[in-house]
Amino acid sequence: MEQLAFGLVAAVLLYSALRVVSEDNLVHTVLWLGVTLATTAAAYVLLHAPFLAAIQIILYTGGALTLMLFGVMLTQRVESVEVPNAAAGQGRAAIVVALLFGVIAAAVVKTPGLPSSPPVDVPVRALGRSFLTTHLLAFEVLSVLLLTAMVGAIVLARKADPAPAPTPKPAPKAHDAHGEAHP
Amino acid sequence: MTLSAWLVLGAGLFCIGVYGILTRRNAIGLLASVEVMANAVNLLLVAFGRYHGTGDGQVFALFTTALTVTEAAVGLALVILLYRSRKGILVDSAAELRG
Repeated sequence: MEQLAFGLVAAVLLYSALRVVSEDNLVHTVLWLGVTLATTAAAYVLLHAPFLAAIQIILYTGGALTLMLFGVMLTQRVESVEVPNAAAGQGRAAIVVALLFGVIAAAVVKTPGLPSSPPVDVPVRALGRSFLTTHLLAFEVLSVLLLTAMVGAIVLARKADPAPAPTPKPAPKAHDAHGEAHP
Repeated sequence: MTLSAWLVLGAGLFCIGVYGILTRRNAIGLLASVEVMANAVNLLLVAFGRYHGTGDGQVFALFTTALTVTEAAVGLALVILLYRSRKGILVDSAAELRG
């Protein structure tokens, strides 16, 4: 039963990831990424990590995916759902990637003493406790990182305020000295 | 399931992500490939943690999940900036520093 579930999850994961990197339509790429991320949540359930599965759905599938779809819509002149997604050099890349996978898989197979059956489960309670005791410093640093990323993203993506914007729109009038944009 | 099965699955996912990075020319396509790679690493962390028997792997995976999502947010801000200065998001259009 567990073998069957693993096989199913692995097949869906690999297939959807392949579609992410080979799809011609950018919107489809992002949607297949959603399938990959949601299936990873299923893999977390198989690994007895239900809390992480929930976080995966909320943060990735709910947050990051919506964000990426917004990115597609904001940066393309979308006339239809057909948004091109260019690619180049597939042949050489496939050779390099096959070599990389061969090296990693050989290392995994040749490593002696990998455990074949997992020990006891870790309850979510212990996870939360270790967050606020052992890993407290990393937890607090993460909050600083979130703040920094938020400020950084706003600063990067906002329009430059005093200089005239590089859009083909007419520039603001010259007597507008204090730099406020008229509606 | 054995740990090796999860490791090979994670390695496969990671390699697919690398393939995407090498071939994509669209900035959002690149970001999607980075997400696939980060996802593979998260999966490996959780698998190692499960077979190790402590919660540390899951804690590590939670931190990297948060990191990847913030990275996606900042990356998309960069994509919007690229779009504003180049009228397109093909990464080949930003090649001033090319030797």
